[in-house]
Amino acid sequence: MNFDDTPEEAAFRAVARAWIDANAPKELEAELKQGGFANNGLKSVDPIVVSKAWQKKKAEAGWACLHWPKEYGGRGATPIERVIWGQEEGVYGALSGLFIIGHGMCGPTVMAWADEETKQRLLPPLASGEHIWCQLFSEPAGGSDLAGLRTAAVPATDGSGDWIINGQKIWTSGAQHSDYGIVITRTDPTLPKHKGLTMFWLDMKTPGIDVRPIKQANGQSGFNEVYFTDVRIPDSQRLGAVGQGWSVSLTTLMNERLSIGSGMPTGFPELFDFCMNLRTEDGLAIDDRSVRSRLAGYAVKASGLKYTGMRAISALSKGETPGPENSIGKLVAGATMQELAMYALDLQGQAGLLSDTTQAAAGARFQQMLLRSPATRVEGGTDEILRNIIAERVLGLPGDIRVDKDVAFKDIPTSGRG
Amino acid sequence: MNFDFSDEQKQLQDQARRFLADKCPPSVVRAVLEGGQTYDRDLWVELGELGFLGAAIPEEYGGVGLGHLELCVIAEELGRAIAPVPVSSSIYLAAEFLLAAGSEDQKRAWLPKLASGETIGTFAYGEGLGRVTEGSIKAAVAGGKLSGTKSPVPDGDIADLAVVAARESGKVSLYLVDLTGPGVTRETVESIDPTRGQSVLTFKDAPAELLGPAGEGWRLASEVMDRAAILLAFEQVGGSDRALEMGRDYALDRMAFGRPIGSFQAVKHMLADMYVSATLARSNAYYGAWALSTGSAELPVAAATARVSATQAFQHCSKNNIQVHGGMGFTWAFDCHLYYRRSNNLALTLGSQSTWEDLLIDRLRQRNDAPAAA
Repeated sequence: MNFDDTPEEAAFRAVARAWIDANAPKELEAELKQGGFANNGLKSVDPIVVSKAWQKKKAEAGWACLHWPKEYGGRGATPIERVIWGQEEGVYGALSGLFIIGHGMCGPTVMAWADEETKQRLLPPLASGEHIWCQLFSEPAGGSDLAGLRTAAVPATDGSGDWIINGQKIWTSGAQHSDYGIVITRTDPTLPKHKGLTMFWLDMKTPGIDVRPIKQANGQSGFNEVYFTDVRIPDSQRLGAVGQGWSVSLTTLMNERLSIGSGMPTGFPELFDFCMNLRTEDGLAIDDRSVRSRLAGYAVKASGLKYTGMRAISALSKGETPGPENSIGKLVAGATMQELAMYALDLQGQAGLLSDTTQAAAGARFQQMLLRSPATRVEGGTDEILRNIIAERVLGLPGDIRVDKDVAFKDIPTSGRG
Repeated sequence: MNFDFSDEQKQLQDQARRFLADKCPPSVVRAVLEGGQTYDRDLWVELGELGFLGAAIPEEYGGVGLGHLELCVIAEELGRAIAPVPVSSSIYLAAEFLLAAGSEDQKRAWLPKLASGETIGTFAYGEGLGRVTEGSIKAAVAGGKLSGTKSPVPDGDIADLAVVAARESGKVSLYLVDLTGPGVTRETVESIDPTRGQSVLTFKDAPAELLGPAGEGWRLASEVMDRAAILLAFEQVGGSDRALEMGRDYALDRMAFGRPIGSFQAVKHMLADMYVSATLARSNAYYGAWALSTGSAELPVAAATARVSATQAFQHCSKNNIQVHGGMGFTWAFDCHLYYRRSNNLALTLGSQSTWEDLLIDRLRQRNDAPAAA
């Protein structure tokens, strides 16, 4: 039992470290370290410009999309090499946030389902950061129940073979910056809901696409609504067969769950540091027994997540597939951060309600966590869906009884009050 | 990176699991619960004969000379089987005390017998209500004679040898005391988990032999309890996993409202949360095992982390296992309460959860203050 690299891993690490040392945008290091919890937090420069620049530099040296094959702009690296790269890239990894969905989900879906010519055309500029991609899946009526989506694609009546898309997507991260997207649509509402779906890729500048940032509950806008009004796209942009969209979407979602070792933040180091320095009437907060008890509870969660990640990395290092234990990451991190943020504000007393960064304690980072953390518990699979996944796929408990499973989509009730 | 047990260690774990499935099914635990004994003598003897007890004791002292990682995987299986035997008292504590602080003579005298199981050892430090601190230790040694009362002492009623924390010239030191010798009175006391005996030991001029440097008793106790906490965390992890499995199996079998109750989200989510606790505790216990086996400077942090996490997990899993079983979970006949009792026993053995939470924060703080902190 050890944390040591194998000789191959150590060699890879040394090469990666040397390249990063020589090439990383060191002028951004301090600002990236101060970064927020939902984005890279850059204010002094345009985050998109510097993100694209770093990605391009990596691509030119063969360090972009490590897990992709070389012919599509990747490096053909092993999963453990990808983890090591992430460790070495450190704070500069925050500059990749813009590309995570494209590299982690859209790219692999295109790779699995598009023809060779399309792959050669679309993937290298995605790998190099020239193009940003988004994933147009969730809808107002299809969140946890994604297959309940209603955006319709119908064949054009002019016999061209084109498709006409109408409908609305929501919670589309980064759509406002995206050049391309993959979109899942309903092509046959007379079939049961999972069977009438079809996937396409499209250019986000196609006429009829309207991207509107959502003003979130925390006041920021990372997500968007995307409206489709008579958007016409050729059949050559279809991914997979007509009616195969659900299987295609599973490729995307499986890739989402494969991102390992990234370590979701819990806010614990920040809270510990805060309690080490917070003076109360009775002395330092960290000397208060009730504070210590709460901190210890958060500490073992943060540590448990860290070492669960280490176990997954060890499995990768041995060429094994990590076990299901990795599915707990977001579930634990999201709830912990929310609870911890509320506690941090409580420690601040009445002043805890201030979120003005010049007035609030710790630069208002706990207030920001408080206001952002509800989203963590919903995005990318709600806490409840994650518990279902653990219960069904890990513990082997039966799935829920699905009352809409064999019903034509058009006949599924749409209102809970008749 | 290889943050995992080796194939050989996993084989050993598998051997231990098969042995305990055969020799320590729930009926054996229940026999101790109902039979008026506080441990299963036959199981204890066999654990010694097969080398499980001596796994981490060097060969020169009669052990098998494997290591602490091997003892960790054995501990997990003992916890899974909630084995009614004094391994924690005798091996994780008494033997570890001897290894850490014993003179050559003391090691030669006691370790082979502890390794074989011929002698049962224990550690006596607490003296009644409340958190045990250095200042709370009142038992005193003068002229090689110990007087005072220790309570509760795990396995004190069956042990032959005790490591006792006591005060001499005002300072706390450790002493070896032959519990079969003069000046020792012992009384078995009823406890929440009768499958692990508790006792009150009263000493009146009992012969006591210094163990380790005089005045260093509390430091030594703290170091050895850290090591024991990691091993005990593996017992707790094993118990958590088994309680979770019991709940899962029952949820699959039990029908209500025309469906297995495991198809209801309220039940599924409760079991999923148990899995989360058990997984965090396992990962933290591995961190402890790594620190224990490498002698890392992080051992104090790792031990407290493993301990706090494992206590949470076993209590969580054992209580919700009863909840999944509904009314049947509260019957004497079902085994759920055996795990519930053991989880709450282990939560207090070696000190309460709040004690360990405090230790964890102290140590994280020291690590943060240390200039060489990683």
